[in-house]
Amino acid sequence: MVTTTIIIDMFEYEFMNNAFAAAGIVAVVSGIVGYFLVMRGQTFAGHALSHIGFAGATGAGLIGLAPLWGLLGFTLAAGIVMGLLSDRISNRDVAIGVVLALALGFGLLFLHYYTSFATQATALLFGNVLAVDRAMIATLAVLGAITLAALGLIMRPLIFVSLQPELAEAKGVPLRFISTAFLAIVALAVSECAQIVGVLLVFTLMVGPPAAAQRVTNGLWNGLVLSAGLALSEAWLGLVIAYYTDWPVSFCIAVLSALGYFACLAAPALRADRTQDTHAAHEVAES
Amino acid sequence: MTAIIELDHATIRIGGRTVLADASFTIKTGEFIGVLGPNGAGKTTLMRAILGLLPPSAGRVCVFGRAPQRGDQAIGYLPQLRTVLPDLRVRGLDFIASSMHGERWGLSWHAHADRRIIDETLAAVGARELSQRPMCDMSGGERQRLLLAQSLIGSPKLLLLDEPLISLDARHQEVAIDVVRKVCRERGITVLFSAHELNQLLGTLDRVLYLGNRQAVLGHVDDVVTAPVLSRLYGADINVVRADGHIFVMSHGLDVERADHMHDHAGDGDGHDHHHH
Repeated sequence: MVTTTIIIDMFEYEFMNNAFAAAGIVAVVSGIVGYFLVMRGQTFAGHALSHIGFAGATGAGLIGLAPLWGLLGFTLAAGIVMGLLSDRISNRDVAIGVVLALALGFGLLFLHYYTSFATQATALLFGNVLAVDRAMIATLAVLGAITLAALGLIMRPLIFVSLQPELAEAKGVPLRFISTAFLAIVALAVSECAQIVGVLLVFTLMVGPPAAAQRVTNGLWNGLVLSAGLALSEAWLGLVIAYYTDWPVSFCIAVLSALGYFACLAAPALRADRTQDTHAAHEVAES
Repeated sequence: MTAIIELDHATIRIGGRTVLADASFTIKTGEFIGVLGPNGAGKTTLMRAILGLLPPSAGRVCVFGRAPQRGDQAIGYLPQLRTVLPDLRVRGLDFIASSMHGERWGLSWHAHADRRIIDETLAAVGARELSQRPMCDMSGGERQRLLLAQSLIGSPKLLLLDEPLISLDARHQEVAIDVVRKVCRERGITVLFSAHELNQLLGTLDRVLYLGNRQAVLGHVDDVVTAPVLSRLYGADINVVRADGHIFVMSHGLDVERADHMHDHAGDGDGHDHHHH
């Protein structure tokens, strides 16, 4: 069994084991948090948070901290501010666009003054899951647990607020608190996700799988499970493909994410076509 | 019959604009009240005040004999602004379930008892089949029936329906009115039903609450829908023409209600009309 040996081969490298563990944790968290991000139509806010995180990560490098903490600090602060200003800003793409361009600008500035850090810029932008160590896995696991626990705590009101904000307000749900807490959760998830696929490609795990899942499921829990499952399988399959082809991991995951989304986009249409065809066939038969 | 909603010299302001000034009226238990008036007259604002979302800046608003409490389970509400997430394939059942105990923390589990209540309520408005259909595949009329069912969950004593007829065609408008009338008469629910057109509600409503020009007039149709009263509320010369059991509110030969209605559709039709089939 040649394939089996090769796959076993792969797991003889510690960096591959680490990559699978880290990508697995992050994919599940991203798929679940992303599901709500897509449901609320706030994907652009998630994108902006990752760019703001880039400035944070390079800034952290400048003062000698690990990039993850800079990412976390900046995205959390930005998420909370966006949440508090939610009525005025969070749905305004222009405002978000200006802020994220500014953040990228700052990221560039920080890189400019800390040139030895520049080699890590690519890793930040496009991810470097193969360089993840045990300590990072532990950190990601703790962060992931915190993220999911916080999401679980606000899940019920979050769904209510997302589906029916007007009624939720009337029923006494604190809209601003929920949306702020949610963006803080997104900030955590973005920071984790950026460790694997990089700030520019967080969409591959946080938007692609949930968007695909929402196309083909009707139930909330089915959608959540499918979203997490898709993210996980895309991340792991991406690692396998990268191992054999030597292509960048993030590229492989990005391709799989896009393929998964387009496949699900086409699925309901195909189903509708088929029912129409059967209808047509019946009509022909009847006439 | 006891008072269920009472405004006592209430002034309601929103963003520096006075919507109602020194308004007083009393709505009694079990009444079906049609809420009418020109656009921007404060129909939605009044409902928000009754819901406790907007305290009066002067005077008193009383609901069930006390100051309105936000999140009062005894009030069913169908908001006018209805966010529609076009890409989300959420089933009718899940959509309604999201509103049940939606203010509690934690994971979104729903007990079998909740599902049974949803099923029963959907059946009461003749929409049982909607529980398994995704929202984005429903027509405007079906979605409206779903929302109506939702507003009835929790056995409310008071139902606030803000423009429930918008985006429905004439036939579905009648069906919707019939359903509300039937369910609310059976259960003794007091209804505030805001609408653009009076005529469809004529056979159903007990009294009409006409808003306009920062005033509110509550009374029987024959007393309220008259040229002098409406001219005051619209701040314009209004003629009321009665013909063939219908009432037409005209300004300079134009049907005011119909013109309002058309205007409204041009303005926000996009939000509501996505999935007309």
